[in-house]
Amino acid sequence: MPDADILIAARGLTKRFGDFTAVDGIDFELRRGEAFGFLGPNGAGKSSTMRMIGCVSPPSGGELSILGLNPVLDGPAIRARLGVCPQDDTLDVELTVRENLLIYGRYFGLPRRVIAERTARLLDFVQLTERADDQVDPLSGGMKRRLTIARSLINEPEILILDEPTTGLDPQARHVVWDRLFRLKQQGVTLILTTHYMDEAEQLCDRLVVMDRGKIAAEGSPRQLIEAYSTPEVLELRFHVSDHEQAAEKVANAPSERMEVLADRILLYVIDGDAALAAVRALGLEPLTSLVRRSTLEDVFLRLTGRRLEDG
Amino acid sequence: MTAPAAPAGVPAGRPADAPAGSKAPASSEASPAVAGRWAMAMRAFQFWLVNYRRTWRGTMYTSVLSPVLYLGAMGLGLGSLVDKHHSASLGGVSYLAFLAPGLLAAAGMQTAMNESTYPVLASVKWLKTYQAAAATPLRPADLFRGHVLFTTMRLFMNSLIFLVIMAAFGAVRSAWVVAAVPVVVLTGLAFAAPIDAYAVTREKDQGFAVLFRFGMIPMFLFSGTFFPITQLPAWIRPLAYITPLWHGVALCRELSLGTAGLWSSLGHLGYLAAITLIGLAAGVRTYQRRLYV
Repeated sequence: MPDADILIAARGLTKRFGDFTAVDGIDFELRRGEAFGFLGPNGAGKSSTMRMIGCVSPPSGGELSILGLNPVLDGPAIRARLGVCPQDDTLDVELTVRENLLIYGRYFGLPRRVIAERTARLLDFVQLTERADDQVDPLSGGMKRRLTIARSLINEPEILILDEPTTGLDPQARHVVWDRLFRLKQQGVTLILTTHYMDEAEQLCDRLVVMDRGKIAAEGSPRQLIEAYSTPEVLELRFHVSDHEQAAEKVANAPSERMEVLADRILLYVIDGDAALAAVRALGLEPLTSLVRRSTLEDVFLRLTGRRLEDG
Repeated sequence: MTAPAAPAGVPAGRPADAPAGSKAPASSEASPAVAGRWAMAMRAFQFWLVNYRRTWRGTMYTSVLSPVLYLGAMGLGLGSLVDKHHSASLGGVSYLAFLAPGLLAAAGMQTAMNESTYPVLASVKWLKTYQAAAATPLRPADLFRGHVLFTTMRLFMNSLIFLVIMAAFGAVRSAWVVAAVPVVVLTGLAFAAPIDAYAVTREKDQGFAVLFRFGMIPMFLFSGTFFPITQLPAWIRPLAYITPLWHGVALCRELSLGTAGLWSSLGHLGYLAAITLIGLAAGVRTYQRRLYV
């Protein structure tokens, strides 16, 4: 490897399942210390990519180098240096919190003394110290996810892989997980994560790729992507369901960079949202509700794919 | 095994709650995380051992009660009737002495089938603990061997308990019976290895019911456990000869009665070992195919 700070390099990486191409020739690099995200709807190929990086899914084509090693030949050596937080928790729910970490540490060949010391530290970090000797089964979804994160850190990994880290969690639990991941990022842990939540990508990722139908549609920092593919502000208009289509035709006459007509809303991509709203009103339209907001990655995704993230 | 050094280059001013270092440890090749195949299998074995710590008491009741009930009801109860007729095909021993080593081997089959069906499907499908382990240095083959090791331990424990109870019932005729313990282990592995290999490919547990109903129960009844297979019609006997259980039953019985011959013993062992080895080879493939997709 020419550059020791490039931890993962993929060129034309492809994964096929029979006739279906889940990952269709993607290129990306992961640099040491960054938080790198794959943003895309369900079925975009994010999890397949994570599984190839996790060395549990041999690529169907292209090149993949992880920590300078070949994932097909050096799987165990690579996995020894990765932390994986899968989409499903895969915890042993019949064991205690502590036993889950013990088992996992043993998988990495860590001595019990080292595991005990790290367990104390990690449970403190994910705020589960009081539950250390409780069985996992009755823990809440957020607690289980935090335990999975703790488990993925038991080997002090060089890269932490998080596949949809907050999917299925309630908003409060999501914020706790985000807070912990943000702390890891601040400590310089290299993160690679997939998400279909644009707010998660914006909060956590230094750099991300937008993935859709197995391909990378765009790459950059959240700010760069928004600047490149959207406008500074978005005016969201909502009309009566019966007036929705008619209103959309009229709004099209208002000056804007771009307009998106969603099932329930009309989005106007503009530089100045308030001015745009005034222009809409000048056309004789009075929306039920109007909202001026800043552009988000959701808008970038809509622009790139014509679909919303949740639609998949 | 030595503790891996704290990752080099972790900033000195890291916060106290810092759980992980992102900075690379210098050597990856010398990582203690990757070891030889049996050391790796032992790590997977420990998973089962930690789980067994919470369930062992329950299994002990079965391991003790089952031989007591069977030897009492069939060996002594039914045996008192059988022995009145001085059946020559039992080889001149009491029904209890005839039956006990057969039950010993059959119990090995039962233990093996219990361990290699639902626990494997649970690991790969319901709990996904296999997928969790596959994200570590362990390979699918290590997980397979780890489970085979655990089954071996369970077989060893159960056959030892059975043997002690059998001796207490006065059902042993020869000190060679001690050699029946490894024979039961091998008999069990001849079931566990191929069934592990099959179970890991499953999405549902329906196949197991078929396996128990049309595999285990007929074998239990017709492989010489309760009566010599010479009592079976001649045309059906070859079917009994190809079951691994018959080889286990026959050899355990010969050892317990002190009638084991060298060549026939080697024949039985060879047959059981061959099936075990085929199962071991199959499991390495099926585990790999299931966990690396």
